Amino acid sequence: MKRAVLAAAGVAALALLPCALGNEYYVNLSSQVLIAAIFAMSLNILVGYGGLVSLGHAAYLGVGAYATAWVALRFGLGPFASGAVALGVTTLMAAAYGVLALRASGLGFLMITLALGQILWGLAYRWVSVTGGDNGLSGLVRPRPFGIDLTDARPFYYFTLVVFVAAFALIALFVRSPFGASLQGARDQPRRMTALGFHVWMIRWIAFVVSGFWGAVAGVLYVYYNNFISPHALSLTQSAEVLLMVIAGGPATLLGPLVGAALVVLVKDVASAYVERWTLLLGVIFVAIVLFLPDGLVPGVRRLWVDRIARRAP
Amino acid sequence: MAFWITQSLNSLALGGLLFILSAGFSLIFGLMRIANLSHGAYFMLGAYVGLTLLRTGMNFWLAVLLAGVAIAIFGGLIERFVLRRLAGQTLSQVLATLGIAFVIADSCLWIWGGDPMPLSGPASLRGAVRVMGALFPLYRLAVIALALAAFVALWLLVEKTRMGAMIRAGVDDLDMARGVGIPVRSLFTAVFCLGAALAGMGGVIAGPILSVYPGLDADMLPLALVVVILGGVGSLVGAGVGSVVIGFIYTFGQALLPDLAYVILFLPMVLVLAARPRGLFGRIAA
Repeated sequence: MKRAVLAAAGVAALALLPCALGNEYYVNLSSQVLIAAIFAMSLNILVGYGGLVSLGHAAYLGVGAYATAWVALRFGLGPFASGAVALGVTTLMAAAYGVLALRASGLGFLMITLALGQILWGLAYRWVSVTGGDNGLSGLVRPRPFGIDLTDARPFYYFTLVVFVAAFALIALFVRSPFGASLQGARDQPRRMTALGFHVWMIRWIAFVVSGFWGAVAGVLYVYYNNFISPHALSLTQSAEVLLMVIAGGPATLLGPLVGAALVVLVKDVASAYVERWTLLLGVIFVAIVLFLPDGLVPGVRRLWVDRIARRAP
Repeated sequence: MAFWITQSLNSLALGGLLFILSAGFSLIFGLMRIANLSHGAYFMLGAYVGLTLLRTGMNFWLAVLLAGVAIAIFGGLIERFVLRRLAGQTLSQVLATLGIAFVIADSCLWIWGGDPMPLSGPASLRGAVRVMGALFPLYRLAVIALALAAFVALWLLVEKTRMGAMIRAGVDDLDMARGVGIPVRSLFTAVFCLGAALAGMGGVIAGPILSVYPGLDADMLPLALVVVILGGVGSLVGAGVGSVVIGFIYTFGQALLPDLAYVILFLPMVLVLAARPRGLFGRIAA
């Protein structure tokens, strides 16, 4: 009950945010945070709940976005049809990638996902006839669900919010389901889970595919937010940013990715107004978080909170 | 015919460069269980340091050596002050190396600017020789010879010296190695410095072939990863064989199917992962 109230309050706050912000620039920034949060939540399924640290997650954002743009521009399909095709294609790709990457776990998994991700990035750069190379693909038109024009900042924010709430709810159900429990079991005690008769590889593979699907959802939103896609979406920087969101916010928490996404997007926005060296700053934040806040913001703050209540109680 | 000979020699030269880069990566990974994601950045930093040294009119080989020493010191500091603080937390160590890679890459962009810069090889190796009827740059032959020398030297170090025996013991069973009194900490620092030095020197040696540009790190790191996944972690022979295979595939891929060269790299990795996940010569599972 308490959770339901909190959730409703959270959604209401997010829905009222554009009115409070006023300026269109900040509404767009909020849309960016929500898209990044969906992206980070998708990675959190793997990193947080599955214990599988991927450094190639930009693959799903990028391929989802490229596939949407390519199908829409090449075949003239409508935005929703192109989005659906892109989701299908990207999920299939995640299924194939999962078979490869899950030949290993731990660092082997990280290296394979990184190598696969870099190969896609190289492909986006060099396969100019399909991807437009360095120039990317542009000229997309935002969708018009039920005749509502999403061209302006506010309607698009609400569209993103609807997708975000759906993603949040479905991912929450997913990780709290019996399957989510077995995924966390496979993370903590893979050998015991195997002994209990669980198919650890299959559990991880399913989580991998689900994670890829939500990554693709973020990719479709990303491409319609920007109306443009370039190889940067597939870069290692992108993969590292989203991993930083998950780790900074707190892996294996539901709110962590949202907090991490807000942190990274806002710091990036503020920083880019003053300095040109965002990558440098990203690297420094990365090292600092790893050294000083290894379990992330949400668990860190929660620990402080619990300590305070415990101190007040006696 | 000339095409095949030239491209084969080009492949060997690229393979040699990849070996110099990935041998250190593989040794560090095998011993310390750290996938050093700054390895590509060390390579690029080495190249830029070498470029700066060469502009003062320094001898090429001296610049190679000094760049190696500079990167070794840099790597040693990173190992001592960042990685050692995270001892035992493999994942955090890997993420820290990634953060450091970003810092290095962006600092290089800041200091040396965004334009690709040529790095000229030693004057004595300019010009070309005729190899079985095909004209081939002398410098690339020297790179092949140098990589072979590096392979022999590393092989002797690992297989025939006391330090090599300690490294092999650490790769196979770290706890036992510690238990019988091997100074694992100093060994870690030594191997990390050695790997960093190799990467730094490799950057300068690669300069005349690849030139120096921002993004060199991001181009080289996945190649090193693929080499190590292919050859197996912690194995010198694996790094050598993997480098030559990738050198050939990449060179011929670029010559024959330029759009897809990057993707073809992927094929041997897929095959090896499917058949033998620990790599061709891997002693341990990654």
